[in-house]
Amino acid sequence: MTRIDDTFARLKSQGKKAFVSYIMAGDPDVATALAVMKGLPAAGVDIIELGLPFTDPMADGPTIQLAGQRALEGGMTVDATLQMVRDFRAADQKTPIVLMGYYNPIYSRGVDRFLAEAKEVGIDGLIVVDLPPEEDAELCIPAQKAGLNFIRLATPTTDAKRLPKVLQNTSGFVYYVSVTGITGSAAAQAGEVGPEVARIKRSTELPVIVGFGINTPEAARTIAGVADGCVVGSAIVKEVGAGKPAADVLAFVADLAKGAHSA
Amino acid sequence: MAEDGLNSFMTGPDEAGRFGIFGGRFVSETLMPLILDLEERYNHAKTDPTFWAEMDDLWKHYVGRPSPLYFAPRLTAHLGGAKVYMKRDELNHTGAHKVNNVLGQIILARRMGKTRIIAETGAGQHGVATATVCAKFGLKCVVYMGAHDVERQAPNVFRMKLLGAEVIPVTSGRGTLKDAMNDALRDWVTNVRDTFYCIGTVAGPHPYPAMVRDFQSIIGKEVRWQLAEQEGEGRLPDTLVAAIGGGSNAMGLFYPFLNDPSVNIIGVEAGGKGVDDRMQHCASLTGGRPGVLHGNRTYLLQDPDGQILEGFSISAGLDYPGIGPEHSWLHDVGRAKYVSITDAEALEAFQLCCQLEGIIPALEPSHALAHVMKIAPTLPKDHIIVMNMCGRGDKDIFTVAKHLGVTMKV
Ligand SMILES: Cc1ncc(COP(=O)(O)O)c(C=O)c1O
Repeated sequence: MTRIDDTFARLKSQGKKAFVSYIMAGDPDVATALAVMKGLPAAGVDIIELGLPFTDPMADGPTIQLAGQRALEGGMTVDATLQMVRDFRAADQKTPIVLMGYYNPIYSRGVDRFLAEAKEVGIDGLIVVDLPPEEDAELCIPAQKAGLNFIRLATPTTDAKRLPKVLQNTSGFVYYVSVTGITGSAAAQAGEVGPEVARIKRSTELPVIVGFGINTPEAARTIAGVADGCVVGSAIVKEVGAGKPAADVLAFVADLAKGAHSA
Repeated sequence: MAEDGLNSFMTGPDEAGRFGIFGGRFVSETLMPLILDLEERYNHAKTDPTFWAEMDDLWKHYVGRPSPLYFAPRLTAHLGGAKVYMKRDELNHTGAHKVNNVLGQIILARRMGKTRIIAETGAGQHGVATATVCAKFGLKCVVYMGAHDVERQAPNVFRMKLLGAEVIPVTSGRGTLKDAMNDALRDWVTNVRDTFYCIGTVAGPHPYPAMVRDFQSIIGKEVRWQLAEQEGEGRLPDTLVAAIGGGSNAMGLFYPFLNDPSVNIIGVEAGGKGVDDRMQHCASLTGGRPGVLHGNRTYLLQDPDGQILEGFSISAGLDYPGIGPEHSWLHDVGRAKYVSITDAEALEAFQLCCQLEGIIPALEPSHALAHVMKIAPTLPKDHIIVMNMCGRGDKDIFTVAKHLGVTMKV
């Protein structure tokens, strides 16, 4: 059992949906990002997705692209990202942390070294956008062996024939990308997402969390209502990008969490 | 490897799209079903005689193939060594080798029922070729081009617009070719149903590197029979030289000769201001290390943390921090050799070619030519070098004028 599994077990016993939030490590600087991160659990966040900045985020829209650029321009590194998790863990042993990013910074560091460090600082799972099941030998299998969850994206283009392949080595939860597009694109409607989530749930015991394009408490409520929870990323990152202090960002996150938890 | 006498340099990629450790399919799940579909459709087309009949017809009547293989007598005499031949792909319709590949991909797109074509472009040559073939077939065309390149390649931007394409200046990242490719991938992820992504070089996720190579291989196949025609049955080139941005004109020339051990193969990367730790170059093989970008593993210019660096070259068409995965493999197994040429050396070759052969070369093949200038004098007179004159220089005269300190009024 990882912290992710524990969290879903707890939510299930409480009859609650999961609220997952995404922030970019080091955006706009380490101190602000860490202050936001530390406040997320109290704001109602069940699982934290922490973005690992990359120069070429091909699946991200402008909001998260700019967040990555701000972080990199501020000197953010893989080392500093791991340190952020270590600092967070000093005060919080419970909240799951999923590192989300692209493969090259991990590959460049060396997969074995990276996995050992990630585990050591207290990362629970990985979402690596550019590693489909076809490339499982690269990181997915070694990550599972190292005791980390490898969370895979399922999308509207993942048809029935392909779904088993996507689910096969997935653990922790399944992240359903509600639209064909990049992060921050237009939101999908609960009416369309519901049947898709049901389709995935027929093939797996894992919780299904829906993300992409959710930007209001109301959307969080309706989407979480047709799944096991929802993820909000760009909408939160936008607040950070607008230069809001950590307290204001967290107030916004708390509203979103209330939305998701009222589903 | 090839020592066993099998055709092993030409059997790649494997089922997973790998050339050794290079290549692969490093894309998001949304795109995965699309590239699997493309692979299946391409594998089918590849063995379909009607597909190649359509290609041959257009290559002949629309592009003007075969392009000549030209013996360059004055350049040869000037260099005083090896015989220099030029494969004249700059004479193709649209002025570069890019159209060879575009025709193949667009015919495939039409067969797949796609109605909207997207492309990335650096120098604008691939964008122009794509816009051209889309106009010919009445397809909607959207070209992503780094904002910086839109500025330095203004004539090609206007050409694309005349041909009915929409040119989108890319400001994400630093607004260069790699960012244009990112935005094209983002477009594709968003418009999965009607859109075909026409990649301009031997990079991207499998099957692109193999598919683009196959379409460009017409260059090397023609060289084989053309040289035999001019130099006698069975005569192979001794050395092949081609410039490398992503590596498509080079793969096109090299591929049909990979299993001929007597043929030396040399790829020329852009050395910019010099391949050293200032990193003002685009020499991925000489100055980079393996990494994953744009769907494949290959040599990349990157910092110690795995962040991708910008390339630098006088030539917008070589300005890419990566290189096709098959080149990375050929480099590692030692079948091909890769060198670099600086901006200054390329400019010198550019001028010499104009003066001695009456050919204004693009800055990209000027890099190949500069390397020929280095090696030809050291080689015997019966040694045959074939260099790929893969583009004409009309697009570059403003850049060259600026470097020569000439101001032109337009
Ligand atoms: C004339 C010419 N040569 C070479 C290149 C580089 O591409 P590749 O290495 O794929 O041939 C370009 C790209 O724009 C080009 O226009």
